[in-house]
Amino acid sequence: MFTLTGWARAVAATNFTEDMMTDTALESGLSGTATSPRLRFEHLSMVFPDGTHAIDDVSFTVNPGEFVTVVGPSGCGKSTLLRIASGLTEHTGGVCDVNRDSIGYVFQDATLLPWRTVRKNVELNAELHGISKSERTRRAVEAIELVNLVGHEDKYPKQLSGGMKMRCSLARSLVLNPEIFLFDEPFGALDEITRERLNDELMNLFNSEKFAALFITHSIAEAVFLSTRVLVMSARPGRIIGDYAIPFGAQRPHDLRFEAEFAEICGQINDDLKDAHS
Amino acid sequence: MTTLDKAPAEVPQESMATPAAVGVSVPVHQPRSSPRRLRNLIPPLLTFAVFIAVWYLYSWTRFDNPAQRRNALPYPHTVITDGFLPLWDDTNGFRPILGYMWPTAKVTLTGLAISIVLGVTIAIIMNLSKGMERALFPYAVILQTVPILAITPLLTQLFGDEIGVRLVVVVLIAIFPVITNTLFGLQSTDRMHHDLFTLNHVSRWTRLRKLELPSALPAMMAGIRIASGGAVIGAIVADFFFNQGEKGIGYYIRNKQQRAANRPEMFAGTITASMFGVVMFLIVGAITARAIRNWHESASKQA
Repeated sequence: MFTLTGWARAVAATNFTEDMMTDTALESGLSGTATSPRLRFEHLSMVFPDGTHAIDDVSFTVNPGEFVTVVGPSGCGKSTLLRIASGLTEHTGGVCDVNRDSIGYVFQDATLLPWRTVRKNVELNAELHGISKSERTRRAVEAIELVNLVGHEDKYPKQLSGGMKMRCSLARSLVLNPEIFLFDEPFGALDEITRERLNDELMNLFNSEKFAALFITHSIAEAVFLSTRVLVMSARPGRIIGDYAIPFGAQRPHDLRFEAEFAEICGQINDDLKDAHS
Repeated sequence: MTTLDKAPAEVPQESMATPAAVGVSVPVHQPRSSPRRLRNLIPPLLTFAVFIAVWYLYSWTRFDNPAQRRNALPYPHTVITDGFLPLWDDTNGFRPILGYMWPTAKVTLTGLAISIVLGVTIAIIMNLSKGMERALFPYAVILQTVPILAITPLLTQLFGDEIGVRLVVVVLIAIFPVITNTLFGLQSTDRMHHDLFTLNHVSRWTRLRKLELPSALPAMMAGIRIASGGAVIGAIVADFFFNQGEKGIGYYIRNKQQRAANRPEMFAGTITASMFGVVMFLIVGAITARAIRNWHESASKQA
């Protein structure tokens, strides 16, 4: 079902030919995509004007093909990490290195514009980036296919279920083919069954589209199921207190959630989180 | 229930490869059957019947002398026979009333249009910064609280005695609800939507056009609906005091006030004028419903 789409291939091909044209472009192409991280935090800290110390000395990178998830107690500054990465909030210390022109931000709510149809909502980011009408229509069609919303293009957000809204929101970000996705607890408001189904689909999407992702969630199971790496954050001020490489391969069956090894990792993270609260 | 009957057709098609979109979508438009529509008419018609009955009762008990009654509070049927009838005659009845209604309608519509353009523009300017809002908002409030009737001589000196000054009166009354409601709408734009637009590095103009204005539309239309009623009153009041140029319905009503014998005509003129206000209100309501029916919560409530 999930394949590298036509336009993604076309974009890759264009980059390739451009890279072949000049040596400098070739070099920057290599260093820009293959080796360097898509996101780098170094000794990052954040103190809000009111004195709230939200983040303290956080360092990690997200490389191409990595799916990094941060779990932590409520109010520990997880979402602030994403707001800093995207540039919505300015950090107060350390380094945040990311290409801000190529970010796909998936919000806690679907944040669809209620006066636009699914199709028009999916086109929004492309439209705001000045991509031509025919091109963004084409991209929207493919993104809608990728998230299984075919047949719902002309509906308005209020006609959609919560799960369908999140699919639409995801499609809106896919249209720009970003280097890195930032997910801010996107499935937090959904029921368990819908959430697991969307987790399965997001994992398939990640495997086919090969993006880099930084994902924020409360759910340990969701974190372990989706990620290549899970970071545990402490209560405020947020610090990284646990770092888990998730050993499962790329293709993860739905029933992985019920296997002993999966439960064991979840248990360890859970212990970390208990410490985080105390 | 129509909802239940329609629901199965709206369930997303499940494909073989994936368990497709979760959840059931809800049909937005529920065609209302005509019996239901008729049933909805019963309550307002009952109210109307009670109103007419009270009118008859009061008029009957209050006045013994038929001539006296006719010159003070005539029976509703007298208003029809002596005020509205004949329907189509050059000098008496409904046709001259319509003739006077037309200039007032023109002033109302033109004044309302000016109020909308000017009011929305001012709201947009106020929305640019808190400083702008603080600089302008107090004067918008003062505009609303100025007793217009008290300054009619000044208005005549400034704007003359014809259509211009009447437009000024309409705008003075109608612009405030447009400004406040539009500003409220613009400022109520979802913070997350703002973030979404910030992430796309949009210009101020794009943010206004593609996010704030559409999001403010329901509140703006509510403001225009209030303004439309005010505009009608403004135009009629202006007719009373500024009656050079084309004469409006306010002039007709005032003229019929002068002689007690003309009381039924006065009632007929007043009723026609207020019916015009109702029609304006309904038209703006219909435009609103059309503009936002697909997406706004207010549109799905049963009328």
